[in-house]
Amino acid sequence: MSRLWLFEETINTDVLAPGFYMKSPLAELSQHCLEAVRPEFASKVKKGDVLLAGDNMGVGSSREQAAEVLKFLGISCIIAKSFAGIFYRNAINLGLPAFLLPKDSQLPKEFVDGSSVVFDFENSILFLEGSGIQINLDPLPAFLQELINDGGLVPHLEKRFDEK
Amino acid sequence: MTTLAEKIIAKACNKSEVEPGEVVVCKVDLAMIHDSGGPRRVKPVLEKLNRKVWDTEKVVVVTDHYVPIESEETRAIHELTKKWVLNQDIQNFYDQQGICHVVVPEKGHLKPGMFCVGGDSHSPTGGAFGAYMFGIGATEMAGVLATGEIWLKVPKTIFIKWKGKLNNLVTAKDMMLATCRKIGMGGGQYQAIQYIGEAIYDLSVQDRMTLSNMAAELGAQTGLIAPDDKTIDYIKSSGGLVPENWKSFRLDEPTSDSSFNEFDASTLSPQIAAPHSPENSENADEFANTVFDVAYIGACTGAKYVDLAAAASVLKGRKIASGISLKVAPASLKDEKQALEDGILEILQDAGAEFLPNSCGICAGYGKDRLAEGQVCLSSTARNFQGRMGAPTSEVYLASPYTVAASAVVGKMTDPRKLMVN
Repeated sequence: MSRLWLFEETINTDVLAPGFYMKSPLAELSQHCLEAVRPEFASKVKKGDVLLAGDNMGVGSSREQAAEVLKFLGISCIIAKSFAGIFYRNAINLGLPAFLLPKDSQLPKEFVDGSSVVFDFENSILFLEGSGIQINLDPLPAFLQELINDGGLVPHLEKRFDEK
Repeated sequence: MTTLAEKIIAKACNKSEVEPGEVVVCKVDLAMIHDSGGPRRVKPVLEKLNRKVWDTEKVVVVTDHYVPIESEETRAIHELTKKWVLNQDIQNFYDQQGICHVVVPEKGHLKPGMFCVGGDSHSPTGGAFGAYMFGIGATEMAGVLATGEIWLKVPKTIFIKWKGKLNNLVTAKDMMLATCRKIGMGGGQYQAIQYIGEAIYDLSVQDRMTLSNMAAELGAQTGLIAPDDKTIDYIKSSGGLVPENWKSFRLDEPTSDSSFNEFDASTLSPQIAAPHSPENSENADEFANTVFDVAYIGACTGAKYVDLAAAASVLKGRKIASGISLKVAPASLKDEKQALEDGILEILQDAGAEFLPNSCGICAGYGKDRLAEGQVCLSSTARNFQGRMGAPTSEVYLASPYTVAASAVVGKMTDPRKLMVN
């Protein structure tokens, strides 16, 4: 069972990984993740939690730490209405699943911040715990699914180089 | 019919043509990395993969984020960077000479038709030279350095046309803030933007770089401008070799897949964007009398030679108002030297400016000059997200160098034309 972290607003890379802490180790940088908009996030988030965001998730910098801190803090999946391109690629490359809500679909109102949810990666479905309510997400293209299954770009390339 | 973006991508993936939506694997002509997202992040990955960079001549390394060195942590980052560059036998290393997006073209590395990646979100700046250049993260960059390749979904081209002529004291920066308002920070949909129209081609190459740079603020993958004689003159004067077939990349006709936005430069006023998004822009007049603490002329977006010259044209014979601090961080050493030779730095200094190193500095929230709690900044940079330039309670307004300079003189935000008629 996972907690749903729901963000209505656009989340940018500067609030995910603030510039001033970028020189610090990941563990320290992570403690400042989202502090400008949700100060309790870094201390409360748990392994397996799901983050659901609005439009243009991860807009801004190319800093990969914006996705990496979420993975480090335990987020198992990011879902958004839309993603900024670089952030989306970074998340997938790090092996962190990133899914789009189907176009023009509305998030069922039962999904609120703090809801208990279960995420099914194979079938791209987010279930609301014990309610029978679910959201079917846009499935990932096959080659991105393979990247995630390999654990991200680095293990994927290791596999490719080994095969040669 | 093919767009400039499609032509470059087709060349990079060795196909005769490509279609928007198609996924292709492209060969990379140039990979640019800096001290923050570069060696310290890619080194462990390359070691894990047991690979060196695929082509030492196609990699450019710039130190610009942790400049100046001001702590043990940042010194360690510099030392790691230098060692790695030496170990990888990379010749194209520019150490503390300015911000990567300005340094890479000024050293003649970018040419029409190239397919390039950069380890920074403002990498679309290379689009001003007719190169398809875009930002990627560190793991993806390590993959490029190991293989020389990257996958790409062929984008549609979104044309941004600016017709007419800009008025005096209205700039490329104002065009971009107005574009951000109109199409929004997600409006680029991670597709290719191409800027066309009379007002675009009238701009100097450095002003065009401001447009391509801020394609990042439109959420586009890149921000192309078709090359013309000005582009070629810039490349030649930077010591770059111009490909003989450069005119074949002079493509600026929309195709049936393209979308299209038209703007009129002749009716554009100076713009200011309110916190915390570049799309919160209005005519500068709407912010008249808004007070602020720091006037910042900085970053790849807003402190190139043309930007310093613009600020100086306003500040000549004037002083900044009491209570305002004007900070100027020239985007590159080369631009700073040119500004010194041309008397521009002297004008800025006489007006009361304080000079900062040629680095990303306050724009990225790095270093000791970052904004303090509650400080309000009027900035010539690209991005005003909450907390980006310092404390979470600081506020950043974005404007052109003219508007920043004029507002620093008045002591409140102003349309620069109000000051210049007096």
